[in-house]
Amino acid sequence: MFNFKSYAKAGSIQEAIELLGKNPEAHLIAGGTDMLVKLHKGKAQFDHLVDIHDIAELNFITQNDAGDITIGALACFTKVAESELIRKHIPVLSQAILTIGGPQVRNMATIGGNLCNGVPSADSATPLIALNAVVTIEGSKGPRQMPLESFFLSPSRVALAQHEILTAITVTRDNYADYFGHFHKYAMREAMDISTIGCSAVCKIKDGSLQDLRLAFGVAAPVPIRCKGTEDNVRGCKINPKLLADIAKYVSADVRPRTSWRAAKEFRLQIITTLAQRVVEQAILNAGGTLQ
Amino acid sequence: MNRYICFTVNGKKKEIRVDVRQSLLEVLREQLGLLRVKQGCAGGECGACTVLLDDAPIDACLYLAVWADGKSIRTVEGESRDDRLSRVQQAFVDEGAVQCGICTPGFVMAATSLVEKHKQQKVSRYDIRRGLAGNLCRCTGYDTIVTAVQKCLDDDD
Repeated sequence: MFNFKSYAKAGSIQEAIELLGKNPEAHLIAGGTDMLVKLHKGKAQFDHLVDIHDIAELNFITQNDAGDITIGALACFTKVAESELIRKHIPVLSQAILTIGGPQVRNMATIGGNLCNGVPSADSATPLIALNAVVTIEGSKGPRQMPLESFFLSPSRVALAQHEILTAITVTRDNYADYFGHFHKYAMREAMDISTIGCSAVCKIKDGSLQDLRLAFGVAAPVPIRCKGTEDNVRGCKINPKLLADIAKYVSADVRPRTSWRAAKEFRLQIITTLAQRVVEQAILNAGGTLQ
Repeated sequence: MNRYICFTVNGKKKEIRVDVRQSLLEVLREQLGLLRVKQGCAGGECGACTVLLDDAPIDACLYLAVWADGKSIRTVEGESRDDRLSRVQQAFVDEGAVQCGICTPGFVMAATSLVEKHKQQKVSRYDIRRGLAGNLCRCTGYDTIVTAVQKCLDDDD
């Protein structure tokens, strides 16, 4: 039996916000795959739960008339990865999600939970920040939106006030149309493992030049990050092998890896420079480019 | 902290009272006596507690019993009919895909879902391994298990 002291089930976003407002110590529980493991180990900070598992209005994937794609925070990983919309328009997100856990975990874990957990290794985070995803947050003062990239504050801390809920993640059409991407997760095992380094790249090419590149890393800093310095340095450059060498050179200035039991800082930096080249190369190939 | 839930377990409707702090695994084993659903790691790593929730595999250890309200659960107890093993169970026997047995009920359910989802599709051994990646077996080395699943997928019926 899990050891929590109080439990309230919310049937709607509004009800969840009210329940959070009533108990300042309350935490949201969604898919449970992170929270219940922590509860199993007796973590006292999760004594009071507001259960949003079954809020139907948060479980959807839609595209509006403008072409923008919105994913409800409670869509489970399997639903997102197998969605025709996602596979057609932002396949890099499906690719990243299919490296998370195993089938059972992906059937339970939610995309919103993965982001709100706020860990630097969240594998759904790097493709989404590379796609300039925007999150919608609702709270007692109404809804607000912010770039996903600024949602991550520090390890396990995100820009959510106690009374707020992440409700949706949106990728606008201009951020995915004509962009091609690739993801790679470096881990010790091919499944059921946590990223040592995760890397996402999306790019747009034209006439043999890199019109735009967006490069994101997980576990390369205290939070999932974009490599803006590298992106600015290579935007508009001719696509050739030298470009990849330049990316490897620039990327170390954008990252701040650290040593953990999983890997030493120096090893992480080695993986980062290698993946930056390989992942960008594959993204360029996916976009129909060549590196000759 | 009790709630009533109404759900289907192996085709039979059940209405029972559960504590909101109970996992689905605890309710299946302790209240419904379905002891072939095993607890391994209790942390979503090993898959010994795999059951099908609306035909998709989940780890019953990381799933609150209250969430099963209105859902349909399948455990290995419901897979054989009139003492006849299911196709997947029979394939595990035929291939010798069993040794100590503690992972087997979970593997059979994960494999059943994989076979139902990809029936008569071309599925590589690598994809079968990925489809069973949420289940650990420390005895067999997996090869016989993958072969058992491959044979089920190749079936015509």
